[in-house]
Amino acid sequence: MVTFFQQVVNGLQLGLVYALIALGYTMVYGIIKLINFAHGDVFMVGAFMGYIGFTFVKLPWPVALVMALITCAVIGVINERLVYRPLRYAAKISALISAIGASFFIEYFTSLNFVFGPNYISYTPPIKEITWIIGGVRITDIQVVILVTVAAFLALLQLLIFRTKLGSAMRTVSFDHDAARLMGVDVDRTISFTFFVGSGLAGIGGVLFGFAYPEIWTFLGVMTGLKAFIAAVLGGIGIIPGAVLGALIMGQVEIMTAAYISSQARDAVAFAILIIVLLIRPSGILGRNEPEKI
Amino acid sequence: MKRMKWVALLLVVMFVFSVALSGCAPKTASNVIKIGLIVPLTGNVATFGQSIQNAFNLEIKQAGGTVAGYTIQTVVADDQNTANQATAVAIKLCTQDKVSAIVGSATSLTTIPISVVCEQYHVPFVTPTATNVKVTMDPTRKIYAFRACFIDPFQGLAGATFDYNYLHAKTAAAMFDETNAYSSGLKDAYVQAFTKLGGKVVAQMAYTTTDTDFSADLTQIAKLNPDILYLPDYYQKVSLIGGQARNLGVKSIFMGGDGWDSSDLSFAVMNGSYFTNHYSADDPSPTIQAWVSAYKAAYGSVPDALATLGADATLIVLQGVRDAQSTDPTKIKDAIQNLNGFQGITAKFTFGPDGNPVNKPAVVLQINGPAKKYNFITEVAPS
Repeated sequence: MVTFFQQVVNGLQLGLVYALIALGYTMVYGIIKLINFAHGDVFMVGAFMGYIGFTFVKLPWPVALVMALITCAVIGVINERLVYRPLRYAAKISALISAIGASFFIEYFTSLNFVFGPNYISYTPPIKEITWIIGGVRITDIQVVILVTVAAFLALLQLLIFRTKLGSAMRTVSFDHDAARLMGVDVDRTISFTFFVGSGLAGIGGVLFGFAYPEIWTFLGVMTGLKAFIAAVLGGIGIIPGAVLGALIMGQVEIMTAAYISSQARDAVAFAILIIVLLIRPSGILGRNEPEKI
Repeated sequence: MKRMKWVALLLVVMFVFSVALSGCAPKTASNVIKIGLIVPLTGNVATFGQSIQNAFNLEIKQAGGTVAGYTIQTVVADDQNTANQATAVAIKLCTQDKVSAIVGSATSLTTIPISVVCEQYHVPFVTPTATNVKVTMDPTRKIYAFRACFIDPFQGLAGATFDYNYLHAKTAAAMFDETNAYSSGLKDAYVQAFTKLGGKVVAQMAYTTTDTDFSADLTQIAKLNPDILYLPDYYQKVSLIGGQARNLGVKSIFMGGDGWDSSDLSFAVMNGSYFTNHYSADDPSPTIQAWVSAYKAAYGSVPDALATLGADATLIVLQGVRDAQSTDPTKIKDAIQNLNGFQGITAKFTFGPDGNPVNKPAVVLQINGPAKKYNFITEVAPS
């Protein structure tokens, strides 16, 4: 029984890491109905910025966290400005392909020797690892930090979207660009802001990922990003609490599959979930089934 | 139509230029020998490639840049420790650069595809450290393939023998990368040997190269509490697994193979663990001590096993050229196969019919975390 609860904690850690990325995916999708495939790579840049911050620049880790947040937020905005905005009124598929292109560009550009380089990097996280044993179950301080961060982000995002003027602008844009513009909403600025927040979250997610799994490389965002994307779809893409819910489920499913079925099957199960969700409930767990507006 | 003409003209100009350029390319002088080096200079085992390249350069420099009257011209290629890239650069070295022999690569993952290419183009290669059986035999002998190291069945046996006889371990668990021939091959050898000795393997867990979360498997292992956790993978991955294992309360002794040998291993996490390796820098043998001091003088650090076997592989190739007195790859291959007791650094090399050096022992090293070094524990000789 203790082992089972330990596995639940393991799954929780993995799920929370996915949640950090899934939040950004779902935010951008909610506003402009675009799957930002470069999101996982922005997350990777965050992991590297954190590593560079506290290893080379010797910043205290909260400062490194802020540095990663700002860098990634800026990258997100630039990415939107250069790659997505020119295609905003083009066919959906063009924007999607463009997103995949942006993703590959970030992966391979950062692999160059004068950027981050192509090597795996493992390092010692700046937080001293403390393990508490509660009823036989081991919990680390890093897990607590990640849990608090995800909870805080979820609350802040809900506040931002439902309680602020910018939030109502975001919601308006998500309904209808043209109508929003007629109502005096600066659509371009609102979308840029969405990317700023979403990518900043990915940056923080990257740094915290590095604390939990201190082995990073420039293709880190591919698999992790895909899993987070599945999580967002599972919870209902475009719905903020859905991303966290989906991510927590994904984490548990992966760990439980590895623990009680086979560790070889974990990825197969994860992707099978994506297919099943898309077949049975395409709008996700928290999504409303409504016909696509044309 | 007009555009077509321009394209045609452009093509003609390009053709003329290419002919002109190939005309003025330096003719391969008869007194030059090209030797290729394929190693992972980037990617997940970059320190392996850098060590081997250091040793390769040092040995060629010590030979005075010449061998058997030929001036040595080196062609270096990075395989990034991926099979695709290894195949591509091996084909380039064999067909475009037309090297006479190749040193490399570091891991079985890349050396197995290289062996296929070399067999096809009849170019001999000596791998310093690729320990998987399939490098030289798959399933029949690849006659152009040689190695300067022992093979995994022996390495697994040596590790298991040490654990069972020296550490008195009765139970073991293994975690391995199922997508990597080295890792899964070494795991199989260890499990087989440990079981045969009378030990019990309580769990075998597979993962893939890109996995970063091992908590599910490690929680199970913590519960089973085996004496040994065998981790036959490269330094990066075992550092990551080791850290997570200790956090989840795994108390087993970590045991591994030659893939651990790197300055980038997490010495703090892996403190007290053991691994099998090709040589110990503390070995008092005069050839080894001369090599260690030469390497230290050149690069300022103690050579790891990758560097040392890289030097052995380079010396074997050079001796092959000397014996063959030729740049003909096939003659060099025959000369290497016929070496008899050639004094390298780690051993006297004689190659068996399988392309492997006969009678190479393994050493067991223990990781000394605070001092960031390895302590020599014992030597395991092939029976």
